[in-house]
Amino acid sequence: MSSDRLRQSVAGLITGFLFGLGLCLAGMTRPAVILGFLDVAGNWNPALVFVMAGGVTVTFFGYRLAFRRGKPLWAESFSLPTARAIDRPLLLGAVIFGIGWGLAGYCPGPAVTSLAGGRAGVGVFVIAMIGGMVVMRWLRKSRSANVALKPAGQE
Amino acid sequence: MNPFILAAIGGVLIGLSAVLLMALSGRIAGISGIVAGLLPPQSAPDRSWRLAFIAGLLLAPALLRVMTGDDGIGPPVVATPVLAVAGFLVGLGTVLGGGCTSGHGICGIARLSPRSLVAVAVFLAAALITVFIARHVV
Repeated sequence: MSSDRLRQSVAGLITGFLFGLGLCLAGMTRPAVILGFLDVAGNWNPALVFVMAGGVTVTFFGYRLAFRRGKPLWAESFSLPTARAIDRPLLLGAVIFGIGWGLAGYCPGPAVTSLAGGRAGVGVFVIAMIGGMVVMRWLRKSRSANVALKPAGQE
Repeated sequence: MNPFILAAIGGVLIGLSAVLLMALSGRIAGISGIVAGLLPPQSAPDRSWRLAFIAGLLLAPALLRVMTGDDGIGPPVVATPVLAVAGFLVGLGTVLGGGCTSGHGICGIARLSPRSLVAVAVFLAAALITVFIARHVV
């Protein structure tokens, strides 16, 4: 069990590195590129389409190979999201996230990765993001304690 | 190299990361979920792989900088108060909606999850409208 935990940390380091490398090479750690993609009425930059196409294609086929084995190599089972409902938290959360993404051009992955650039503004974004996460986790915990609702699966 | 070829290569690397994390540890490569699992209240029991993943994220640009002189990280393009508000909204929204561009966008779409497909359509629409208002209306 503890050897699984150690191996999962190795897997985390390797996959985090690959993920960060992909983000940096793809230009996703440049908010100007992200906002250029989101600005369809301006000088549109389609870079994000190529990133998503490459990422989703590899993941679509790769997941099928991974699931064929029945269980992960270094864990007892796959930890997949259990939530199914297209409910108000999902929709409201997506709207709030989208507004934040559009305001600054950072989503969580590129923001955390960009901390390595040492710019104060990125630190401000990430600290505020962590603050927002903690606030929502508290709100959900107190709410689920009231109505005995299980929090939806995190992805 | 052409930025769009680099973007596709970057996307493939992100996909490989997501597939490896699933094949090895059975986990979704969703950055908001990985980070939020470290936070109070009730941080997840499995903190070490989450910290290792974040260390890997930070290591990539550092190594790129050493090897090529360019880490690929661009400067923020909006004022600090906007960064603070945007960050707070991203934190609130990704926890409430259960994912972000990676968890819903890459992993969820690859699993053909209806929840993720809807989430991506909604956050993309919200972001497009936000940028339109910020750049062409205000």
